[in-house]
Amino acid sequence: MNLMMLLEMAASGFGDRVAVTNGAVSLTYQQLFDAAGSAARVIRASGAERMAVLDVSSLAVPVGLFASSWAGRPFVPLNYRLTADEVEKLLERIAPSYVVTESGRVASLAHVASTSVVTREAFLDAATSGTAGEPDWSADADDIAILLFTSGTTGAPKAAVLRQKHLVSYIFGSVEFGAAGEDEATLVSVPPYHIAGMAAIASSVYSGRRIVQLPTFSAESWLETARREKVTHAFVVPTMLARIVDLLGDAASAELPSLEALAYGGGKMPQSVIEKALRLFPGADFTNAYGLTETSSTIAILGPEDHRAAIASDDPAVRRRLISVGRPLPSVEVQIRDENGAVLGPNQRGEVYVSGEQVSGEYLGRGSSVGSDGFFPTRDGGSMDDAGYLFLEGRIDDIIVRGGENMSPGEIEDVLLEHEAIADCAVVGVPSEQWGEAVAAVVVTKPGQKASIEDLQAWVKKHLRSSRTPERIEFWESLPYNETGKLLRRQVRAQLAGG
Amino acid sequence: MAQLKAGTRLKSAVCTTEVMVIAAPKDDVSITCGGAPLLAMADAKPEGGAVAADANGGTLLGKRYVNASGDLELLCTKAGQGALAANGAALGLKEAKPLPSSD
Repeated sequence: MNLMMLLEMAASGFGDRVAVTNGAVSLTYQQLFDAAGSAARVIRASGAERMAVLDVSSLAVPVGLFASSWAGRPFVPLNYRLTADEVEKLLERIAPSYVVTESGRVASLAHVASTSVVTREAFLDAATSGTAGEPDWSADADDIAILLFTSGTTGAPKAAVLRQKHLVSYIFGSVEFGAAGEDEATLVSVPPYHIAGMAAIASSVYSGRRIVQLPTFSAESWLETARREKVTHAFVVPTMLARIVDLLGDAASAELPSLEALAYGGGKMPQSVIEKALRLFPGADFTNAYGLTETSSTIAILGPEDHRAAIASDDPAVRRRLISVGRPLPSVEVQIRDENGAVLGPNQRGEVYVSGEQVSGEYLGRGSSVGSDGFFPTRDGGSMDDAGYLFLEGRIDDIIVRGGENMSPGEIEDVLLEHEAIADCAVVGVPSEQWGEAVAAVVVTKPGQKASIEDLQAWVKKHLRSSRTPERIEFWESLPYNETGKLLRRQVRAQLAGG
Repeated sequence: MAQLKAGTRLKSAVCTTEVMVIAAPKDDVSITCGGAPLLAMADAKPEGGAVAADANGGTLLGKRYVNASGDLELLCTKAGQGALAANGAALGLKEAKPLPSSD
């Protein structure tokens, strides 16, 4: 198995169709295939054992991904927001490597040992001026396709290992070949170093859906590009959708009639944002996707039909599914287990475990945490209802243990967010002599609104058991998020401890 | 007769068809294309082979082929003139049920 199989099939099935568009430049599937073959020879000739791309979403990303698979070298998309020092440390770990980056960065990386640094333009010139050559990629399913470094908020970043078999199995399990219509185009706005950015390339190529790249996200550029390219599909993380609906404000609609399908995932979506989005994109089907880097992207989906059924239902148990992440893909199995590993029944809360061909669960140099039974512990807390809908409750590591009682921050945050004055909040555990951990909340109020600590404590007490009431509440201007919309809880805890 | 393994790629001995095994039955199975047993990718194709007249329905790129019990699924990665069969029974085209796009 090799990602190149997917591109070879696309080039053979519909080679003249446009595969990817970036600004004024496009590549067809055949051109992408030829560029991958040509670039593969350049990568092999460089003596590199890995290929890295330190770039925004550019044509170098899909060309580099497929060229790496062709050349049999792991592809390493690096975070272009890292500092020069951080980048250098990662490059040292993946040397000898071939690195494609923006022209402005080349000089600053030239001194890194065993690293060939080329500009995006030089790479694409070399890729598009040569010929593909004979298909000679490896069929070894265990070859590493992608190494994805985690954000590593503490300690050194870890590199998630995704092998050819994981990614190809994910595509075969979730996408039908050539299923996209000729006019379909998907707007890819997540950065290349996010698993969704990598998965989008493979899924789109196999389905025949044109990729429209958004180099860096802003709500303005997302809307402008979506309208100009008449995109039919898009995937956004919650912060992106929040910014888009904010920008549109009271507009009657987003004026994006071409949009048929809007998928969201990568974090918890505030209900107010999704409700506004439903109004602003009246013609779009909504899909909520849940996945992890270690599972090669999506493992569960709340599809358009699920959204409609939940909204239309009078049954609270069915309505509640709107805040679920849907049901597992047919090709994966999900179980909820307790801390001893025993499988729990419906509506019981525990840890989410997943098995399937797409599940890697492996970090470079640390082996795989997939058990002998094939199941991977996600470290996400959750439960499944009678019909198999999966409800997430945040990271297991974020659970607050107060006087022996486990509580999930998400449950308390949901209640605080329902308060009329609260725009955003984070609940974390802070050290307590009396309880081991105490509940602390950091809240951001809506513009022009105020709430007192006592108000908010009374509000939580009214809705939840009294042990859930935050003993400490602070008012902040904003909460710390990373650029793909993940709340940085460690930073909240650190700031609370420091203050 | 051989036991198949998911992920294995095979090719027709008598046409251009290539397939990948997506799901394999536990028991040994004999798979043919155009009437002749499939070959491993590394095997040389015998010369002068031809698609049998009763097995010339062809294969389509990207389509999935399944047996009646559903425990065998092959993905066509290269199209050809021959038709696929398992233990002598023609394989059917699997109805595609695309999932909503999620990335």
